[in-house]
Amino acid sequence: MSDLDQFRQQTRTWLEENCPPAMREPMKNFEDIYNGGRNPVIDHPDQKIWCERMASRGWTVPHWPAEYGGGGLDKDHVKVLREEMRRLGARPALDSFGISMLGPALLKFGSEKQKQEHLPKIVRGEIRWCQGYSEPGAGSDLASLQTKAEDHGDHYIVNGQKIWTSYANYADWIFCLVRTDNSGTKHEGISFVLFDMATPGVSVRPIKLISGSSPFCETFFDDVKVLKENLMGEEGKGWTIAKYLLTHEREMIAGFGGAHGQPLGERAVATMGADTSGRLVNSVLRQNIAQYQLDTVVFGATMARIGDEAKAGQGLGPASSIFKYYGTELNKRRNELNLAVDGEGALGWDGEEYDGGKLSRDWLRSKGNSIEGGTSEVQLNIISKRVLGLPDE
Amino acid sequence: MMALVLNEEQVMLKESAAGFLADKASVAALRELRDSSSEQGFSTEIWREMAEMGWAGIAIPEAFGGLGYGYIGLGLVLEQMGRNLSASPLQSTVLVAATLISELGNQAQKEALLPAIAAGDKLVSLALQETAHHAPEQTTMTASQDGDTFVLNGDKILVLDANVADYFVVIARTAGSKGDESGLSAFLVEADTRGVNVTRRSMVDSRNVGAVNFVDVRVSTENLLGEAGQAWDGLSRTMDIANVGLAAELLGISTEAFERTVEYLKERKQFGKVIGSFQGLQHRASELFAELEMARSIVLRALHAIDDSDEQLPLIASAAKAKLCEVAQRATNEGIQMHGGIGMTDEHEIGFFIKRARVVQHTFGDYNHHLDRFAKLSGF
Ligand SMILES: Cc1cc2nc3c(=O)[nH]c(=O)nc-3n(C[C@H](O)[C@H](O)[C@H](O)COP(=O)(O)OP(=O)(O)OC[C@H]3O[C@@H](n4cnc5c(N)ncnc54)[C@H](O)[C@@H]3O)c2cc1C
Repeated sequence: MSDLDQFRQQTRTWLEENCPPAMREPMKNFEDIYNGGRNPVIDHPDQKIWCERMASRGWTVPHWPAEYGGGGLDKDHVKVLREEMRRLGARPALDSFGISMLGPALLKFGSEKQKQEHLPKIVRGEIRWCQGYSEPGAGSDLASLQTKAEDHGDHYIVNGQKIWTSYANYADWIFCLVRTDNSGTKHEGISFVLFDMATPGVSVRPIKLISGSSPFCETFFDDVKVLKENLMGEEGKGWTIAKYLLTHEREMIAGFGGAHGQPLGERAVATMGADTSGRLVNSVLRQNIAQYQLDTVVFGATMARIGDEAKAGQGLGPASSIFKYYGTELNKRRNELNLAVDGEGALGWDGEEYDGGKLSRDWLRSKGNSIEGGTSEVQLNIISKRVLGLPDE
Repeated sequence: MMALVLNEEQVMLKESAAGFLADKASVAALRELRDSSSEQGFSTEIWREMAEMGWAGIAIPEAFGGLGYGYIGLGLVLEQMGRNLSASPLQSTVLVAATLISELGNQAQKEALLPAIAAGDKLVSLALQETAHHAPEQTTMTASQDGDTFVLNGDKILVLDANVADYFVVIARTAGSKGDESGLSAFLVEADTRGVNVTRRSMVDSRNVGAVNFVDVRVSTENLLGEAGQAWDGLSRTMDIANVGLAAELLGISTEAFERTVEYLKERKQFGKVIGSFQGLQHRASELFAELEMARSIVLRALHAIDDSDEQLPLIASAAKAKLCEVAQRATNEGIQMHGGIGMTDEHEIGFFIKRARVVQHTFGDYNHHLDRFAKLSGF
């Protein structure tokens, strides 16, 4: 038996023994995923148990090196693990900005001490992170950010305001872009710092979204003391780290464009009916769904191709911008088509008959996909400049 | 499933094809063929060189004198032919006819024809279509058995390379009626058989295509490919493969038209700056680039599906053809628009791309046909 087959068998047995039954139920929502933290938001007590068991093998983040608590698995083994989890219907044990965003940046730019300190806690779901990038005056033009970090010898004093900080009200630590120098161009003088949200001077105020929930916040810093050992990379060189992290964020967000449960066309036929030749009753909607489903197929093939190319050491550089743009526009189309298929049933806001307004809330939330992590227009600017080499006006 | 990347051998093939075609079978060569009203429609000399490089047998198994590179190899060459708009019988003979013969033919029939095709000695073309739209089940042409011969009667159009083919593979009805998938049969007919009349037609892309009329054409029962009335499955698989190959050609056409357009955006100045600095054009170009990346993926995925005998081939093939029709249409339309007035001139080459693209889009089913089929195969 090959090493992979053996791994598959062992994994299958282990998962069957260790995945609590409740964690084999389909999630109702993306938000049902366990995010960890000091005071975790828990829908079911088994979420914590499942996370702990998986973390004991490093399988909450199977592709990270074992020395930092990860699973130390290569791509093929990770694939087997994912396949076996899917086979059992097991939900992901943990997901967080620590895993999808900060971790990759830490691995590339963090000091050995920072890696040892933070990565294992991310793997175990002990510390939940939030992202302090955007400011009221610095959105698409992120590099114009003004939150200031003043040098006080062994520490900085941070003053300023962030906005749209997702889950800042639940997060334990923040990775934050601050300005340590105002004398050069806007890209210079930005530093990448990490600090505890419990530090005196940090306060947050949740903002309510059109989808009704309040997952993001305004975050204020009032004389916040940050030790210099929490500076990641060099002072004034944070922009490079910031951009690297963004490519990971974009890939994560683009993933929403992937397959989602029952294919829409099938669901439409089940909901609305078909004519005698099996075609969806409404031919205009049928065409719209066909175009959407065609694009999910080509998007899936592209994710697979870019993944295989990266493995083979080829690769496309700003691929994350293409993914981000395409995947989020695709997810918005899917949500619009959900409304078309479910009609009035998709516009309910509350109550059991509307499944708590899941379809309408998901639809509204999806509008943010092409804004968060850099808007679609910004991705198109990046493709124009970095890939096509078109000049600035 | 194999990884969706090109291996070293494939990269070499792609590069050598690109170099050869840019040198010998470029858009300028097509213009020359058009302007000299060439009856042949392609250069026999260059076709011979292509055959010597093994292209004519690229997807034909080694046992029948081919290279056995599979359809990924053929797809790579077709993509480069799209980039250069190279005129050759590769589509008619190698992509379509050789595939159908492999699908339906018996050992003797394959031995008789495939090595000759692989050597570039014989040209064969499929005579299938009867109306302006691709709909094989609507075939009305008849073949009736008379002792040990079949008598063929009917009219075919849009037969690729009809005017230069040595043989036709003719789809005719031995049973059933218009609309039935069963009852269709495939016959091998020599072009100079009595009763076969070929007329070359002049199409927008200046490439070879023609109408073929069959009047009481008699062929031996030995010329029947496969079982009588049972051609559908092999024909259908051949059409899937053909459409994937055409999608690869469309990928080349679209990519080349796009790259030429982006170059122009960097050259042409208006309002005191290059037009490529205008965001209105930048975003359209970037959206198109993202679409081209998607197009490249689905073509590669579909070529793999052929070589891996993936049972999803029908769905993936229609996805690939539909997507490439969409992208090629957009790339060639934007190509003209972004060139402005110069793009409308015959002197500029960008117009050659839109012309060839539309013909390839319509061959064996256009966007509407394949999106409809994709939906049907997806269960709605
Ligand atoms: C759901 C959600 C979660 C978020 N989570 C976080 C988080 O956790 N942490 C964080 O730091 N930030 C977060 N953000 C903020 C997000 O990164 C910003 O909203 C985004 O970068 C856009 O900035 P802005 O809102 O200031 O819009 P603006 O930059 O003001 O953009 C307004 C419009 O102008 C367009 N525009 C701007 N500049 C250009 C240009 N050069 N060319 C063409 N068009 C342009 C934009 O595309 C957009 O359509 C989140 C946002 C959302 C919606």
